[in-house]
Amino acid sequence: MTLRRLAWPVVVLVPVAFLGIFFLWPVTNILVKGFVGGRLWELLHEAVFWRVLWFTVWQAAASTALALVLALPGAHLLARFHFRGRSLLRALATVPFVMPTVVVAGAFIALFEQFGLNDGAFRMRHTVWALLAAHVFFNLAIVLRTVGSYWEGLDGRVEEQARLLGARPGQVFLRVTLPRLAPAVASAASVVFLFCFTSFGVILLLGGPTRATLETEIWRHAVWRGDMASASALAVVQLGAVMSLVLVSNFLQRRRGGREQTRLDSRPMPSRRLLGANLGLLLVALGLPVLVLVERSLATGNGYSFDNYRALTVRVTLLPVSALTALGNSVLFAVVATALAVLVGGFASLVVVYGRRSLSHFFDFGLMLPLGVSAVTLGFGMLVALDAPPMDFRSWRWLVPVAHALIGIPFVLRTVVPTLRRIDPKVRESAALLGASPFQVGRLVDFPLAGRALAVGAAFAFAVSIGEFGATSFLPRHPDRLTAPLALFRLLGTPGDLLRGQAMALAVLLMVLTGLAVLVIEGRPSGRGVVRGDF
Amino acid sequence: MKRLISFFLLAGLTLVACGEEASQPVPEGIAGQTITLLTHGSFWVSEGTLQAFTDQTGVQVELLEGGDAGEMVASAILTAGNPVADVLYGVDNTFLQRALDADLFEPYASPALSNVPSALQLDGQHRVTPIDFGDVCVNYWGDWFDETLPPPGSLDDLIDSRYAGQLVVQNPETSSPGLAFLLATIAEYGDGWEEYWAALRRNEVAVTTGWEEAYYGEFVSGGGDRPLVVSYASSPPAEFIYADPPVESPPTGVLLDTCFRQIEFAGVLKGTPHQAAAQALIDFMLSDTFQEDIPLNMFVFPASQTAALPEAFVNFARLAEDPYQLPPADIEAHRNEWTERWTQIVLR
Repeated sequence: MTLRRLAWPVVVLVPVAFLGIFFLWPVTNILVKGFVGGRLWELLHEAVFWRVLWFTVWQAAASTALALVLALPGAHLLARFHFRGRSLLRALATVPFVMPTVVVAGAFIALFEQFGLNDGAFRMRHTVWALLAAHVFFNLAIVLRTVGSYWEGLDGRVEEQARLLGARPGQVFLRVTLPRLAPAVASAASVVFLFCFTSFGVILLLGGPTRATLETEIWRHAVWRGDMASASALAVVQLGAVMSLVLVSNFLQRRRGGREQTRLDSRPMPSRRLLGANLGLLLVALGLPVLVLVERSLATGNGYSFDNYRALTVRVTLLPVSALTALGNSVLFAVVATALAVLVGGFASLVVVYGRRSLSHFFDFGLMLPLGVSAVTLGFGMLVALDAPPMDFRSWRWLVPVAHALIGIPFVLRTVVPTLRRIDPKVRESAALLGASPFQVGRLVDFPLAGRALAVGAAFAFAVSIGEFGATSFLPRHPDRLTAPLALFRLLGTPGDLLRGQAMALAVLLMVLTGLAVLVIEGRPSGRGVVRGDF
Repeated sequence: MKRLISFFLLAGLTLVACGEEASQPVPEGIAGQTITLLTHGSFWVSEGTLQAFTDQTGVQVELLEGGDAGEMVASAILTAGNPVADVLYGVDNTFLQRALDADLFEPYASPALSNVPSALQLDGQHRVTPIDFGDVCVNYWGDWFDETLPPPGSLDDLIDSRYAGQLVVQNPETSSPGLAFLLATIAEYGDGWEEYWAALRRNEVAVTTGWEEAYYGEFVSGGGDRPLVVSYASSPPAEFIYADPPVESPPTGVLLDTCFRQIEFAGVLKGTPHQAAAQALIDFMLSDTFQEDIPLNMFVFPASQTAALPEAFVNFARLAEDPYQLPPADIEAHRNEWTERWTQIVLR
């Protein structure tokens, strides 16, 4: 017990310190510095403001709903069936998540062109549909993975019993499975909603020049108009909205999150039709834009070849380092960010599930906020707040992965917490009765069951970091630490087919690398055989 | 292609080697100091260029990159008095007044300014020093036009119905070239700019959020179907250098009577403990070594008249003789009102 008494404060203090120094302090600082109460009051009387607020909420809700509907069949396939290429499919589905917005926007525009959707009755270009499609593309993986990994652990015999009692498959899904999945669905939905709520590049590039959300308006006021008062007022509104959303979603997750019988057993092979239909859906939603990119990366002036890839090893004069070095930098940052996110997020999950009530609520709430706060608020906040010793971190090399980790932590939290919560306390009690120390309980019960979820969270933290382009563009960076998304952005900033081809090749490598990383991170056998049977 | 790249690397090295030093006396006591240069995200010079400064003065330079020019100025204003760096490079004439109003810079008149045309020296108090400049102009796709339909010659031509549906511009509220082009029309038409844009809208101008989307999405070069795009005077040399397969001459050209001049400045940030070293760096940034390294790394033109241009620029980059300009103070005073009106006229 002494060990536990020593360890628990560390488990609590690490997330508190991390969140406090790198998030709460900077954000409070910038909002206090720029905020003028009167401006907020004025804002509330402007029609434009309400239009922007409504559109922000509306598009995020619609994107979330679409992502949920489209991802559930895939989650079912991943959770309930065993088939060859299952882990590959899982890894591939995570890939869109890292793709730089500029590139995805380009791929979507090319697709609209291909299918004649630029004009006419089914015009997609510069419509809200383009924006929703892109949000689904980016966020499908979150639902697929979060819900999938939770579903995997649900005891399938409950559904079997319902069927035996005469329920039709649709009924079984709606009245048995869906309610049981509720905690994971709520978890995934809250993350996707927050992501879309603060989405930036997709809105600007695909929504067309007339669409604006709170996020783009904060940026426009702070950077283009030099109007910090309006930017801060908008940031306060954004923070308020995000805080209420997280409160509501946490409440729902707690209420629905009942203890569940956990069972990881062997899964049947899916029928060909089921597999085919699912893969078809995923291919349309995720595969098409990726295929466009791959095609573009191989296209050179003399037909198709790997020239664009070969060129990545040579530094072009526009970049401080070669594109390949930039890719290496991205991986390094992503590894550090993932380690931080797993450590802080893992500790925080323990506190949320086993800690005192007030502490648990605070952690569950506070660590979700970075996901919903504008990159401008966070980036500028860090510049303003972390500017004096002993915390002069402004030009610190590792501030970039720290910022990435802040966004990765909610993913770890949202995958691990639902899984930990549903572990039947009787399992832990029995283990304790049989003489296991609390740490043995952790090692033998909690970790094997939560390990799978932790790996999923880690994979997302890695993907978030390797593709992130928001807050970090406001932080001063060392040019020799140029990351791949920034290199890509620079390559696309100057005319020339060579540069464009290289940018596409870099984007493809970024995807491949992410896919591989996900395979490696989640590579261990998925816990089958570790905990078998029921207790 | 590899051959081409090594050619330009070689050319770059030769330029560095040949660059003649403006022999400034090195201030005493700065050797051994390390200073930080904060730049926008498109800054780069060849390896060895900054080393030349260190060799001359004993001062090490650490580089920090901010976001784009607007983001960098906004963050410099937020950290005014306790800057992250000693020298800031990359504020342009559209953001200059905002930076000056925030009192970011220590005045310093570099002796090397004698080589810089006075038209580029916009601040009489020398709080900032011009380092390079470029023009934002309408670019055209050569093959689209012929004798029956020559490329448009002026801003007036762009509202001619013969060029209907051909031009793509960027939103001046989200894009730096977009703002520059709006300023060009304001410089040309004065209060009449609103009518001009109404006419451009009738002539089916397309608007994108940023440069990439315009150039690669709508312009012929990236596979779009519009032969006229707001871009840079240095875009044709880039099209030539980074062509795939290699070409004899760039496929695009510049409408020289549609250009707005963008000038980029550097300044010593107030609050620096290394003033003398920072001033020495400003001097160095105007030396031929640094100036001649600018064009191929950043695709802009050196401010110093003694700097030689690389071959691709000599052959394919053309500068407007009399580009449009507006005083930075006017730009800052009116930009929000102008861009709001523009949004009303063009997008609503």
